[in-house]
Amino acid sequence: MTVTPAATTQVGSPKRRRLSMSRREALFFYFFISPWIIGFLVFQIGPILASLYFSFTSYAIVDSPQWIGTRNYLRAFTQDRLFWTSLWNTFYYVGFGVPLNVVFAFLLAVLLNAEIRGRISYRVAYYIPSIIPGVAGAVLWLILLNPRLGLINMALGVFGIQGPNWLASPQWSKPAFILMSLWGVGGAMIIYLAGLQGIPVELYEAADIDGASTAAKFTRITIPLMSPIIFYNVVTQIIGSFQVFGSAFIMTGGGPLNSTRFYMLHLYDYAFAYFRMGYASALAWVLLLIIVAFTLLVFRGSSAWVFYSGGRQ
Amino acid sequence: MTATAEHNVSYKLQKSILKGLVYLVLTAGAVIVLVPLYWMFSRSLMPLGQYYEIPPVWIPRSLTLEAYTSMWDMYPWPRFIGNTLQIAFFAIVGNVLSSTCVAYGFTYFRAPGRTTLFFILLSTTMLPGVVTMVPLFILFRHLKWIDTYLPLIVPAWFGSAFHIFLLRQFFQTLPPDLFEAARIDGCSEIGILGRIVLPLSGPVLAAISILQFQWRWNEFMGPLIYLNSFKKYPVSLALYTLRGEPQGSTPTQLMAGGTLMTVPVLILFVIFQRYFIQGVQFTGIKG
Repeated sequence: MTVTPAATTQVGSPKRRRLSMSRREALFFYFFISPWIIGFLVFQIGPILASLYFSFTSYAIVDSPQWIGTRNYLRAFTQDRLFWTSLWNTFYYVGFGVPLNVVFAFLLAVLLNAEIRGRISYRVAYYIPSIIPGVAGAVLWLILLNPRLGLINMALGVFGIQGPNWLASPQWSKPAFILMSLWGVGGAMIIYLAGLQGIPVELYEAADIDGASTAAKFTRITIPLMSPIIFYNVVTQIIGSFQVFGSAFIMTGGGPLNSTRFYMLHLYDYAFAYFRMGYASALAWVLLLIIVAFTLLVFRGSSAWVFYSGGRQ
Repeated sequence: MTATAEHNVSYKLQKSILKGLVYLVLTAGAVIVLVPLYWMFSRSLMPLGQYYEIPPVWIPRSLTLEAYTSMWDMYPWPRFIGNTLQIAFFAIVGNVLSSTCVAYGFTYFRAPGRTTLFFILLSTTMLPGVVTMVPLFILFRHLKWIDTYLPLIVPAWFGSAFHIFLLRQFFQTLPPDLFEAARIDGCSEIGILGRIVLPLSGPVLAAISILQFQWRWNEFMGPLIYLNSFKKYPVSLALYTLRGEPQGSTPTQLMAGGTLMTVPVLILFVIFQRYFIQGVQFTGIKG
């Protein structure tokens, strides 16, 4: 970390100069990446450690934090009924939402990768909902899900189905949010499409020569070669879905009967409505650990089905 | 002979039925995902009376800009749009400068720890924001940055991991001879970055700027946490406020607001389609 060797290069012997060339390069390296290193320490690692510390304190923002040991965690697990409610809501959302999203996005991508007339237009059509701004999408879905005046129940009515009360019903409010998340499936679809286009055509041609069926080609070529991308998407979707916030905050505020009080809404209330920073930090760490556990689970399971050509990178 | 011919016919028939089915499903799906947008546009142009009719009106019998004009009078929208643009502008400038600089460092200079650092950089794209939210709020509060745009803008000046990754992917495609030549001509490292790398990076810089803009235009939670004054709100927060407006807002006004927020993104998409898709697709291929 000393600058002197670089500074003395002018007077150094040729041998010394060559040595300092690599030193010089290293200095340039750290010089150029320094913005990221500083940002990483100040806006990521620092805050993570700070929140770990705060999670063991009682910290009503105006006072200084008071060490209370594990009381925040104990309180969450034993006294905070809404903690369990919000956890359950979030698991529900992740558990149904993520698999549905992955399957729909992947199937769409496979269909739209086939030789189909107008496939570019189809791709654009499916992709567009995913770029609609979150707040606009939320107010739109409020209107769409209106039991009497909304599009969804009107469409169900065409098939003779009496639609539920959606956001006003504790049973249907979570499915409503999952339905809404499926609307934005085009974003993941585009990622899968890029992957599908990267599969060498020769593989399919060779399979054709060997007389392989469509199903065999799908399970033996498409799925294995796409598995790293599917895997990556499952992980990011899990991480994102556990932190679902904006749509529920805007549309229901957690209701009715706390049925859409997702974990982040619970945390938001403690942090920014009650300003109980210690407890909120403990909640954040619990969620972090849950997310890490799930990610590791998917990682460990991945060796069974994720295929890396030319080894793991 | 006839058996195989028959087989062929039924095979062909099967295939065309299957194909027809695929078209049917895809078209139905496309209609399903696009109708909500039509719903938003049509409801924003309807008189309020028509909105409340049962069964709901498909095609407005009369069009009116009433929802737009009344919404426009209710809130200072040009100001909100200006606020969003201001945040986006400073974030984009900071992000482009810092991310380029970091990506350049990661691409062209070897140093001990480079691989590890790059791995850490990539891992941070998966870091759940939830754990940094509270301490960052406390930090910015200590700095007296609450109710300013600084908490939204300043972090962008330290590079975004994803954009650094995109830029590095691009830089690796540039021929190294170019830099060697410049270096022999006595060009400094910063000079190479500014005079050779940047001018060649137009498309990728445009891509990350558009991604950043789109993100800023949509951003909700950051402004919600850090901004208190109504007059400092960005569009996203203003639309949220309109939804809960104590004076009362109508569904047609909400749809007008939704349209106001959506149309610029759609226009950007039509113009810069390639960049949108590239940006998203790069996310998936990093594996």
